[in-house]
Formats: sequence, structure tokens, C-alpha cells
Amino acid sequence: MNATPNLNDLKPNTRAGAGDVVLSGAEVLLRVLVDQGVEVIFGYPGGAVLPIYDALFRQNAIRHVLVRHEQAAVHAAEAYARSTGKVGVVLVTSGPGATNAVTGLVDALMDSIPVVCFSGQVGVPLIGTDAFQEADTTGITRPATKHNYLVRRAGDLARVAHEAFYIARSGRPGPVLVDLPKNLTVGPAPYQPAPRTAHPSYRPRTEPDREAVARAVAAMKGAKRPLFYTGGGIINSGPQASEALGRLVRMTGFPCTSTLMGLGAFPTTDRQFLGMLGMHGTYEANLATHGCDVLVALGARFDDRVTGRLDAFSPDSFKIHADIDPSQIDKIVRVDVPILGDAGRTIEMMIEEWARQSATPDNAALAQWWQQINAWRGIRSLHFEQDMTPSAIIRPQYAVRRLYELAMETGRDTYVSTEVGQHQMWAAQHFQFDRPNRWLTSGGLGTMGYGLPAAVGAQIAHPDALVIDIAGEASTLMNIQELGTIAQYRLPVKLFILNNQYMGMVRQWQELLHGSRYSESYSAALPDFVRLAESFHARGMRATCVGELDDVIRAMLAEPGAVVADISVAQDENCYPMIPSGAAHNQMLLGPEQDGEVTVSAEGRMLV
Amino acid sequence: MTTQEETTISAVISILVENESGVLARVIGLFSGRGYNIESLTVAPVEESRHQSRINVVTSGTPQVIEQIKAQVGRLVPVYRVSDLTALGPHVAREMALVKVVSSGEARTEALRIAEAFRARAVDTTATSFVFELTGATDKLDSFIDLMRPLGLAEVSRTGVAAIVRGPRTI
Repeated sequence: MNATPNLNDLKPNTRAGAGDVVLSGAEVLLRVLVDQGVEVIFGYPGGAVLPIYDALFRQNAIRHVLVRHEQAAVHAAEAYARSTGKVGVVLVTSGPGATNAVTGLVDALMDSIPVVCFSGQVGVPLIGTDAFQEADTTGITRPATKHNYLVRRAGDLARVAHEAFYIARSGRPGPVLVDLPKNLTVGPAPYQPAPRTAHPSYRPRTEPDREAVARAVAAMKGAKRPLFYTGGGIINSGPQASEALGRLVRMTGFPCTSTLMGLGAFPTTDRQFLGMLGMHGTYEANLATHGCDVLVALGARFDDRVTGRLDAFSPDSFKIHADIDPSQIDKIVRVDVPILGDAGRTIEMMIEEWARQSATPDNAALAQWWQQINAWRGIRSLHFEQDMTPSAIIRPQYAVRRLYELAMETGRDTYVSTEVGQHQMWAAQHFQFDRPNRWLTSGGLGTMGYGLPAAVGAQIAHPDALVIDIAGEASTLMNIQELGTIAQYRLPVKLFILNNQYMGMVRQWQELLHGSRYSESYSAALPDFVRLAESFHARGMRATCVGELDDVIRAMLAEPGAVVADISVAQDENCYPMIPSGAAHNQMLLGPEQDGEVTVSAEGRMLV
Repeated sequence: MTTQEETTISAVISILVENESGVLARVIGLFSGRGYNIESLTVAPVEESRHQSRINVVTSGTPQVIEQIKAQVGRLVPVYRVSDLTALGPHVAREMALVKVVSSGEARTEALRIAEAFRARAVDTTATSFVFELTGATDKLDSFIDLMRPLGLAEVSRTGVAAIVRGPRTI
């Protein structure tokens, strides 16, 4: 890492005037990046961005990380952003460079991750002529971004680049793309500092309405069966929001559940935490959601993975919904008190109001509620039996548990990314996160192949931290080329593959919904992951039975460089508990013994 | 989306946007991408000095969908204001149609008589055809066109609805 950027060649000259050196568009762009505090760019060169790469070559302020595929550049930038709170920056070329980035941009859009992607474009005179590597990038990415721009005049370049950062990080964060025709980066362009005036039309609201917060607190203090339902908005708001959430949950004594994206905002090992809710959430979290009388949704958006059958979602509760994005209010579930604003500010205002109204929770009712919750907890919905005979097959849940326990023994700051599927849910259920920004996963879009490039981004941001990608063998093959990036930058990333030789979640749904007809879900012709690792200059390790698991995990954690650990796990394991699609929270499947009872409705079959 | 049955209502949504390239594509792409209806659409610059355009969309949906449309459009970066004129109270909504009728004899005379009754102007006349210009509410234009159908209706060009709130209020 270039911890101390050398800014001399890029620092804006405050006495700029006539006679100064004329900067090229590419140099102006890099100046803007320095102004915006950018230290790292993830990218891949190509014809239309050569001028920018040339300018990058001639400076030291900004580090460029060369990925092996543009999709990976965006995922790496997302993880960089998610784990640091800064804006992730991507640089790709025109045409295929930009189209390859689209999946990453939609991923960032769905999970509200601040990313700015600069894409090259053919020169302005060539736009619309089907030139080599030309694509209508702003047209293609319009629904894939929070906002995008095609810069047509050199005079707009600096302003637009500054604005892109402001829009990406403010309000509900998201990806912004800036398409830069080559003639504008080659030719001269005027530099401008970040504008000090407000944006004319984009004015996100962050300060919540006190009257709404007061009404929310009034309902909370009268609650007999309250529940906090927290989401990724709290992580986006910053670490101070998570800290405030901790205070609010403790001062009220209410139980707290979280979405997949919100894990870590409230410590998952805390007694007041019920585990994740939703399709693969815990029994106690889902039953509490179903049975609560006041539901306090903070920075969460009632995703279909969370709600299950809508007409049976938390049917008797008074609903409070705090969100920074007005379009999330009443989108899926009608709420009684909407609060528009930043999640962290809302929580702090709730704490103030709680004190101002001298609120005291209904302790008798709360005690009863906790008694009920503890009874649900007694079901132990995440429980699994691991045969401890050394030759026994490893159950994937056990592998994640041991990974967590042994990683904690190292005492190192640990970041976990995942791919998408069963392993992701087992990671969410069995790895614990007591701090925010440590959990990097693709929630809304569910992008297989997210985890390995995300680990790259997290490790670049935190060179001394332990970064683990908990992966499935099918998902990780979607961006396995990033082992090259890991090798080039000597990133000590640990790729921990739960290898069941199936697209496990696809197989599970085929078992439950399609008569166990495993159409195309078997991972045939898998590579030898140990030798694959070695060919990418990493250490390869393998565990095929319980007796080998701890040694492999310990060796992986002790290894100073990159490791690919291929963990053979039970092939037929399903992810439980599960709310089958179209079912309600109180109709959960707890384990395989209930599989025969699955009656998925015709409507449920049509749901994803 | 919604847990209770609701009736579909029609709404006139007026949107003030920054007059920049691609802004119309953003708005209509949002409608098609999220499955909202567009029954008619007009767009033109309205404040040249401030580079603003006004988009008027006639749409339909449950009240919850209409609320969503407003919220989703409102979060587009170049959008200054979104208003549901139907919800704001009384408003004037007008569109213009150019209607070509090709006929002769009795039908031609009848077409002219009906045009007079509707206060449609003949803006082009030949021995065998008229082009009528007609301004009014959408249902007035619809009935005029229906009446022209048996009288040699050949072609219709409509602008879509432009709308504004009655009285001193603005959006």
C-alpha cells in the first residue's frame, strides 16, 4: 500500500492562472480523484482508457490494482467500500470493459454500496458509428446505477467527476458510472475543485423528522412484544450508527434481529441478538417477527427473502420503518410510522426521545416476551450433529463453526466474504460478527462469484487483517481468475471452499420442489483445487474428513500467503431452517425430517 | 405487492427535470423497468433559462403504486419535483389531436358538421380530405375520433396530455 501518497505532481495549484501547464483530461481526472481522497483504483486497461493509464503511470498518489476481469474490479471496489466506509473506485475500458462491469454495478445498486466506475468511451466524433469497442454504456448502465454520465465536453469533466463521488456516497449510497470519451482524456481540460454549492436537483434528506421519531418512541415504550429489525442501512451509515444501535438495544432491553446485509451492526454473539431473520433465519428471529406487537425496522427494506408470504408477515404489529430512501416506505409492507433519514441519526434521535419522554419499557411484558423467545431458542434451529469419528464426513456447518472458532483464536481482525448459495447462508448462521464492516456478501442481487474479488478488495484495504472467502466450489469458479490478482499483489487471502460438488442451493430447491431431479446442478469435471492453487502461486490444502479439518484450518490461518483450502463436505446437506417460498414465518422447516411435510403452494412455486 | 385488494386509479404525474440528455430515457426506463403503465407522455422545455423540462405522464395503478411511482421518480438525480396533479386537487388536462378524414359526399359533409360541433378546426383541406385540429380533454378527443371512424377516418396524431393545477398554486 502507498500509505503516504506523493501528491506533488497532482496537487491543485491554488494560484493557477494563465501561463500554467495545461492539463490533459486524464490528468484532471486524477487530480479530482486525489481531491476526493481516493487511494486505490481497481481496474483493467484497454484502448479507450490508455490516456488515463498513461497518467496513472506518471504519478504515485493513487495505487492501481489490476484485476483479471472487470466484474471482479467492481466487486473488489464494493468490498473495499463496504469494509472501509469510503467510495470504491473502478476504471474499465469501453465496450466489453464496461459491459463486463454491469453485473458488479447492479450488485452495488441492490446492496447500496458506494462505487464510482469510470469507463472509457470512443471519441465523441465516433459515438454512434458502431466504432471498435463502442457500446452505449450510459444506455446499458442506466438501470444498473444510481446515476450515470456521458461527459461530452472537456469543460464538464472535473465537475462531473466530483459530482459522481458526491452522489455515490450521499443519501442512499450506490454505484455511479462516468463514461469518458477518449478525445476528452487525451485533450486539454480545465481543472475545477469540488463545488461548494448544493446540487440543483439532488437533495437527499438525512435528518429525520423529530415528530415522527417521537411517535415511534411512544409506540416503543408501550410495546409488550417489541422487536428491532435492522439492516444494511446501519452499516452504510457508519460505525457510529452501529454503536448507537448497541446503546438503543441495551437501554430498551428489546430483542434484535438483522437482515443478511445488516449482520455485525449489533454483535451477533450478544444475548439480545436473535440471529438473522428470513428464509434461512433462526426460528426465534422469525417467530419473534411473526409475533411481535411493535416492529422497528431500521435501514432495512422488507426484502422478499425476509418477509416470506406477505399477507402473513408480522400480522399484528405496529410497524415503524426508518429508511433514507423515500421509495422504500410502503413499497412492500405498509407501515404505521415512516421515518425518512439516515439510520444512525434516527437511532440517535430515538435515544434522545427515549430519554426525553422518560420512557421505561414495560418490564413485566418484556420478561414474558423474553421467556417466549427463549422457549423458541430452545428449539436450537441452527443445531446440527457432527459425527466426530476422524474418518467421518464433514458437515458444512461444522466446517464454518470450526473456521470461526479457530479464526477467533488468532485474535486477528477478521473480514469474511462469501459467494452465493448454501455456504453463504451457513456462513451467515455460524460465523459470528461482533463489529460492522467485517461481513461482505452479495445480498440483493445474489451474485455467484462475488466472494473472491471481494476478498481482494478487503485485503487491499486492510493489508494486515485476516481475510477469508467462505465459498462454494461452483460459485468461486465464476471468478477464480482473481487468484492471479491475489498472486500479483501477494495478498494473503484465504479461500475456504465448502466443496459438496453441487450447486448446493439449486440442488436443495430441486430436492424440495422438483422431485429431486437434479437438472444440471452437479459440479462435474471440477479442477483439483490444490493444484489450481499451486499453479497460481498459492498454497493448496485439502480436508476430506473430520479428522483433517482442524489441522487444515490451523495451517491455513498460519500460512503467511494466500491459501486455497478445499474442504470436502456432505453432498446431501440442506440449509435449514428454511421458510419455503410462499410460506409464512411460522411455517418454517427445521430439518430434513420435515421435508415430507413440504407443501409448497402453486404460487410459491412461481417465486424465486 | 399489496396485501389488500385495491382499485386502480388514473393519475396525471407532472415531473420537473433538468433538461439534460438522457433524462427522458431515465424516466420512461424507470416506468418500463418497474412495470408501471404509461397511458400518455408529453415532454418539452418549460424554463429555458433554468434548463428545466416538464414531463407529464398519465398513468394508472393502485394508490400504493401511484405513491411508488412518485417516490421512484423523485429519487432520480436530475428530477427537481414530482407531483400527482390528481391528488393535488382540481387541474386542467388537455391534449391536441390532428385527425385526417378522407371521404366524399354525405360522409364529408357530416364530418365537417361534427367538427364544428366539437370546435375542431380544419387546418388542411383538399377535395377529398380534411385535417382537423382539436384540443381538449382526452375523452373529448376520444369521442371525436370515434365519430370520425365511419366517416373516413384515415390517420390520427395526438400530443398526449399537458396538465396544470387550477388556481394560483404551482407544483
